[in-house]
Amino acid sequence: MTRKQQRIFAIVLVLFGAGLAVGLSLLALKENVTYFYYPSDIAEEKKEIPRNRDFRMGGLVVDGSVEKSGEVTRFVITDTVHTTSVTYTGILPDLFREGQGVIATGRLNEESVFVARTLLAKHDENYMPPEVARALEKAKVKIE
Amino acid sequence: MHKYANPKKYKALSKYILTASLGLALALLGWGLYLALIASPPDYQQSETVRIMYIHVPAAWLSMFIYASMTVAAIVLTIWRHTLAGFYIRAAAPIGACFTAACLISGALWGQPTWGTWWVWDARLTSVLILFFLYLGAIALSNAYDNPDKGNQATAWLVIVGSVNLPIIKFSVDWWNTLHQPASLTSFSRMAAPGIHHDMLVPLLVMAGGFLCLYVVLVILRLDNEIAARKIHVLRLKAING
Repeated sequence: MTRKQQRIFAIVLVLFGAGLAVGLSLLALKENVTYFYYPSDIAEEKKEIPRNRDFRMGGLVVDGSVEKSGEVTRFVITDTVHTTSVTYTGILPDLFREGQGVIATGRLNEESVFVARTLLAKHDENYMPPEVARALEKAKVKIE
Repeated sequence: MHKYANPKKYKALSKYILTASLGLALALLGWGLYLALIASPPDYQQSETVRIMYIHVPAAWLSMFIYASMTVAAIVLTIWRHTLAGFYIRAAAPIGACFTAACLISGALWGQPTWGTWWVWDARLTSVLILFFLYLGAIALSNAYDNPDKGNQATAWLVIVGSVNLPIIKFSVDWWNTLHQPASLTSFSRMAAPGIHHDMLVPLLVMAGGFLCLYVVLVILRLDNEIAARKIHVLRLKAING
């Protein structure tokens, strides 16, 4: 092997080694890297849901499920397969509305209601002017 | 390509590229800022906050593009020992760090009103923060050696190892549940049907072009500085050694 080939070999080896190390670490930390759980993760018990510490739940706020009484907001989130009931005490983020993606931090109580300590609104990857959004909404209603 | 690895040949060519990209950067950034801040519509959900995207997304693209280009330079330096490739890594790292900082700061300013938080430790945000630290590490390491060639080679290895982070940043939003939204444009399913309306897509792409030209201007100026600094270094050594 020439010196140049040795150096190429070294680069490939280093990249492979670093990639493998990082890949295996991320695989081992999979549960920790996951920022939030979906209602299906609880219902299907596929993933280990922490019982005695706070974790995050994410999903879409179900249409018509939002009930407000003073500072307390009750609503249901869905991942379109399963649902979880959530109660949250505090100021709602600006983007909070029915149909919106949200992420709540808290824990499940005995009645399997998720008691949220903080609430974040999730933004999706679609950007459009208000007129276009209204036109899309109208078209959707027509189809239904 | 090997021809332009010679600093003299590079200098002759870079003069023309510098002038062209300076003009293009001014034109595109002027036009892009007008479109982004005045002519484009507000968003149906975020209203005016969406305008932060026209800075945030091009800065994010550039932060990854610059690191990718540094990785190519690091491989070229390691295999062929082209001095100019080492200069490029030194020249590009601080600019890349600035674009990454711009991306992180503009993202925090957008996250506060939109999500309800400045910062979360989700996979996308954390991996971009690591990219920022990789840039800082590259700057520090390249200046940590008395022999600049040795410093550049050590930095090249750091850059090559750190390039593992690039696919993690790109695919973090697909591999894990994150607060950060997935890509609107740069994924296979999104190429055909972008998630951004045409009236917002045009200013975004114009700004991205402007940022890219601005980067070319800055990196050429810094490369000239690196070449001059190396000449001073060589002259100093000669003066000391007689």
